[in-house]
Amino acid sequence: MTQDKFIVAKKKFNSRLIVGTGKYKSMSECAKAIKLSGADIITVAVRRVNISDKKKPLLMDYIDPKKITYLPNTAGCFTSEEALRTLRLAREIGGWKLVKLEVLGDKKNLFPDMIETLKSTEVLTKEGFNVMVYCNDDPLMAQRLENVGACAIMPLAAPIGSGLGILNPTNIKIIRSQTKLPVIVDAGLGQASDAAIAMELGCDGVLANTAIAKAKKPFLMSLAFKNAVIAGRQSYLAGRIEKTIYGSASSPKSGII
Amino acid sequence: MKKIKKIKIKINGKFSTINENLSLLIFLKQLEIPLKKVAIELNQEIIDKKKLNNINLKKNDNIEIVHFIGGG
Repeated sequence: MTQDKFIVAKKKFNSRLIVGTGKYKSMSECAKAIKLSGADIITVAVRRVNISDKKKPLLMDYIDPKKITYLPNTAGCFTSEEALRTLRLAREIGGWKLVKLEVLGDKKNLFPDMIETLKSTEVLTKEGFNVMVYCNDDPLMAQRLENVGACAIMPLAAPIGSGLGILNPTNIKIIRSQTKLPVIVDAGLGQASDAAIAMELGCDGVLANTAIAKAKKPFLMSLAFKNAVIAGRQSYLAGRIEKTIYGSASSPKSGII
Repeated sequence: MKKIKKIKIKINGKFSTINENLSLLIFLKQLEIPLKKVAIELNQEIIDKKKLNNINLKKNDNIEIVHFIGGG
């Protein structure tokens, strides 16, 4: 398994689990959960600095961007303009080029607006960004994103934060089979087994936030996700047996007493 | 003695009154902004952090300072 690296935009990573840093009770809880997850990449949001409360802790004080890859996202953006502005600012903070684009279209279900997403992917790619794109589980849209330069396809499992698990495994499998880009299931996972299923479908990675941060025991769930992603990947590489409708005895028939 | 003129600007959505011609660098230092950990926009244009001292603030300038926070 040592050769089985996770490659995004020509960069190699050891862990196939990407974790979000939102919804934790505290920065220290977030930092510990991330450490336990073994993730090499974490997603972060871009927001206004609190001018009035200078003592408020900063994420960078808890999680060193030199030791882990920060993946700035555009969470909360509903138009291409907002998303572009956010990621240009993110790049300015410290030279980040690897970014996660997410342009939402509906406040209730948080599904992505794929027209705005497609437009933004094209612009950002031309500006030199490596764009990992959150998208719906539509193989045609995934293909279009690839055509305009996305560096990774990130189809949703289910609505963000819903915990419903992978609603359309067939589409995820089709998306995986049609592209050479890494496919990372993003959003909607509820428990570790959902991550294992994503990996068994052949996905290259998994992104989880709420499922870990809001679990009753976030540290334990973080470990569970780490193990599930490893187990799912190993299972995929090992190759599952064919399904049959009849039984097949595991013990030899010869020599029965 | 010439009286220093005060101007009104906006920073992260809130109005602030400052001395006219104050440089953006000095203003941000007064606010104790950790410059290495933020990005700065002036009137919707991203500012190169190396050039902060060359920019003098004017009436109605709109500054946005952002950083990374936890997010999914």
